[in-house]
Amino acid sequence: MENLTNILFALMWFAILGGALGLALAFASKVFAVKVDERIPEIQDKLPGANCGGCGYAGCAALAEAIVKGEAKPSACVVGGETVADSVAEIMGVKAEKPVRMRAQVMCSGTAEFAKKKYIYEGAADCLAATKLGGGNKLCPNGCIGLGTCAHICPFGAIKVENGVSAVDYEICQGCGKCVEACPKHIIKLIPYDSKHWVGCMSVDKGAVTRSYCEVGCISCRLCEKTCESGAIHVNDFVASIDYSKCTQCGKCVEKCPRKIIWSDKSQRVVGITLNNEILEEPK
Amino acid sequence: MNTDYLVNILLLMLSAVLVENYIFSKFLGVCPFLGVSDKPDTALGMGFAVMFVMTISSAATWAVYYGILVPFHLEYLETIAFILIIAALVQFIEMFLKKFIPALYGALGIYLPLITTNCAVLGAALLNIQNGYDFIESLAYGFASAAGFTLAIVIFAGVRMRISFADPPKVFRGIPIAMVAAGLIAMAFSGFSGMSF
Repeated sequence: MENLTNILFALMWFAILGGALGLALAFASKVFAVKVDERIPEIQDKLPGANCGGCGYAGCAALAEAIVKGEAKPSACVVGGETVADSVAEIMGVKAEKPVRMRAQVMCSGTAEFAKKKYIYEGAADCLAATKLGGGNKLCPNGCIGLGTCAHICPFGAIKVENGVSAVDYEICQGCGKCVEACPKHIIKLIPYDSKHWVGCMSVDKGAVTRSYCEVGCISCRLCEKTCESGAIHVNDFVASIDYSKCTQCGKCVEKCPRKIIWSDKSQRVVGITLNNEILEEPK
Repeated sequence: MNTDYLVNILLLMLSAVLVENYIFSKFLGVCPFLGVSDKPDTALGMGFAVMFVMTISSAATWAVYYGILVPFHLEYLETIAFILIIAALVQFIEMFLKKFIPALYGALGIYLPLITTNCAVLGAALLNIQNGYDFIESLAYGFASAAGFTLAIVIFAGVRMRISFADPPKVFRGIPIAMVAAGLIAMAFSGFSGMSF
């Protein structure tokens, strides 16, 4: 009988303690309630939730707050694209602008077999660290170092280092631009998602110099410039680059390039980095 | 309050930080130690949140133990009572900070729910009672233990930053190499155990 009393006694005290704490918390949640604009969680639901930071804010929650405050546009999310921009604009009661979906592209074709090296690098596996050692181990001052700093930072896991050069998987890439900021060589660029062609070199050395250290570097021969009918491709600072606002994606420059470094969509997506005229079939 | 008492408190704190470090010698709070030690910034944030909660919860649990449990001979229920108190307390602190000190909430907010069920916080509360500390000693012990936790997690975050740039064999990448590093730091800390106060 005494045991039972003890148990009941303990039960009673814990019921009182738990009840008191529960009441205190319930009371506190009323007293300390903070008014939150209901649109913030609503917008946050619509955002992708990857917290990639591509919009320039700390994460999706921070962007939602900024949109409600009017600091950011409803289309500020680079990852979500049109559908997200539309639904966010609807919550905010404004008309959505049409965001352009971008994708990242590593502007280098100098894989291990084509680009010559200065030295054998054995240090920390980070491009920034390697850059401090004489600008990296490739002779080319604008070549991909291939230690995968972009691959580490990519919130979507879209980048892989293949044969010494980073390659972006188009289908996974959301165009947040994190890798563009991270690359110490500044050779990753955002280009419109639908554009097929890009120049796989950013070497600003003269043709003869580029030729001396890389078999697939732009030698600024200007053949692409002469071929292009819409005037979209120009050679400046000894390297060709495409103006995507003018490019009609005819693909003539791809055929003409003697170094085979103007890439077309299909070949790049299939294997990452390999000479494009060798790849004709889809991957298994 | 004489000098002996103060010296005693100081030694108690020093030994809680170094000799009886929560992570390296008591193995309490190991999951946040591995979970939030990717970057020194977040490690420091977590450390401060633990210090904050552990000091307050030491005081609260001490008060509940000697105010409610002892008079009614319910000491055997201390574990469950402390879990209840700590969980409620953390919730309360979270709401309080959100309302009155939003800046601090911004810094500690995301770590607070993680601490609710942290064994280091419960451990400090139980050890306070087990070691028979008085109120001031409990406060000091709770704070110093959490400071030791912060020290450990920040040191470890620094080590992990270096590891992330290293090139270990594939099987060791990620958590395995972090565990090896944690073991090495624990060995270094075991050097303090020769000190007795």
